Amino acid sequence: MKRGIGDWFKTESRTRDVLLVLAASIAIWELGVQVLAPSPLILPAPSAIAREFMTTPGIFIRHLGFTLAVTVAGFLLALVMGVALAVGIVYSRFLERTVYTLLVALNSIPKVALAPLFVIWLGTGTEPKLAVAVMLAIFPIVIDTVLGLRSVDPDMLNLARASRASAWQILFKIRFPCALPSLFAGMKVAVSFALVGAIVGEFVAGGRGLGFQILVAQGQFDTPRVFVSLLLLGIMGTILFYAVDFAERVCLPWHVSQRTQLARLDH
Amino acid sequence: MAAAAEAYVTMSRVGKVYPSQQGDVVALTDFDLEIRRGEFLSIVGPSGCGKSTLLKCVAGLEPVSAGTMAVNGQPVQGPPDQLGVVFQRDVLLDWRTILDNVLISAEFLGRRRADLKARAIELLQRFGLGGFEDRHPWELSGGMRQRAAICRALLCDPELLLMDEPFGALDAMTRDDLNVELTRIWQDSRKTVLFITHSIVEAVYLSDRVVMMSRAPGRIVDIIDIDIPRPRPLSVRESKRFGELTSKIRHHFAELGIVKE
Repeated sequence: MKRGIGDWFKTESRTRDVLLVLAASIAIWELGVQVLAPSPLILPAPSAIAREFMTTPGIFIRHLGFTLAVTVAGFLLALVMGVALAVGIVYSRFLERTVYTLLVALNSIPKVALAPLFVIWLGTGTEPKLAVAVMLAIFPIVIDTVLGLRSVDPDMLNLARASRASAWQILFKIRFPCALPSLFAGMKVAVSFALVGAIVGEFVAGGRGLGFQILVAQGQFDTPRVFVSLLLLGIMGTILFYAVDFAERVCLPWHVSQRTQLARLDH
Repeated sequence: MAAAAEAYVTMSRVGKVYPSQQGDVVALTDFDLEIRRGEFLSIVGPSGCGKSTLLKCVAGLEPVSAGTMAVNGQPVQGPPDQLGVVFQRDVLLDWRTILDNVLISAEFLGRRRADLKARAIELLQRFGLGGFEDRHPWELSGGMRQRAAICRALLCDPELLLMDEPFGALDAMTRDDLNVELTRIWQDSRKTVLFITHSIVEAVYLSDRVVMMSRAPGRIVDIIDIDIPRPRPLSVRESKRFGELTSKIRHHFAELGIVKE
């Protein structure tokens, strides 16, 4: 059972690949900065960024907590509202022609540009940040859920109707599970969009959060502090994405994308 | 078979028109047919002749545009009682096990799963799916999946079984297997079956009567009694009488220019 380093490289593991690529990038970055010695104002070394974080870890963590809370809350609100809206759009001709048309039209304008409006409407507290996060995240959820709810085999619906299934049964036993793979695809995009929304909200009406931290550090030309916030955002975004990915694996063991692993266990 | 003369499904001058922007599409016209209780009746016809439309009308999924359609004496307005349906695609739900897929019929009809679980397992066993109850559809072959779909249709012991090209997507050997199994099940239970197919051989092998349909708009060209005694082993398909009946149907279609000889 002794496994050498060679075996560790041969076996397939996404986690190992991600870690290796990250470690290599950081090493090249550190080496490049040491050799080429650019101004720390342009590009600080990873070691300098780490030292900067260690000077005030509590402050960074607090701001990270705020941004994380806004992102998660915005994402969850977008999820609940988006799915409800999608069900409405699929079941109502009227909603489809009004709300869906409007959503598709709105989707083509850069929504980030609307952020200042939310500050005018909602002030400079948490609300406008949450609103921007929800606004960005809700689009992929609605659009992908509508697509998923409509992807049901028409013969499955015929069979259910011939067996006298109720509208609720068709929604919960057929349409909704059928839409889950699409919904998760939307959620993966939405969770990143919610983070973008939270940061944009903090940019236009600061006070708290990593976005605000970036603005302050930029004002002081404190590049290492900008990088600390950026890296924390990167880590947070990655963890959020994999959290959704993990939820998908738990909820959809039956889906095509998951089957190879199961099949391997079976045979 | 004398007592089987009572009509279970009655269609009288049934017509079906789909309105469209390029003008109305006539799918069925002046369709008169009675399916007797306990009869196995097949409909053969070219693609697009309205066979599937007819089945959807009997199932109450599509309203008829003209004429009257009745099942068990009741005019069809929505899906009739005691109905089982099998389509060409098995439409099993990927997230349910085979057993749960079969039991969904009970859930739809508002019956308790616990009451029908034993029957579901017994049906699966009869169709050679014993031991596969907890598998998922994607772990099974096409033929096994279609067997499960038939079990689902039979779960609540329907009087009327509607089958729309159920074996059309299967390979020839699996198709033969399922033809044999279906006749066996039918002989035990004597359900009224409306079976739609492209295959003349399949129709003759399975049926008491074969209805030939013309190209759209769908009309009845002829109704052929299949007087081959049952039970019918697969080898009956090599018999003289079987050959006469299939070639009679094929000639008939050839005269109409539907098949080439």
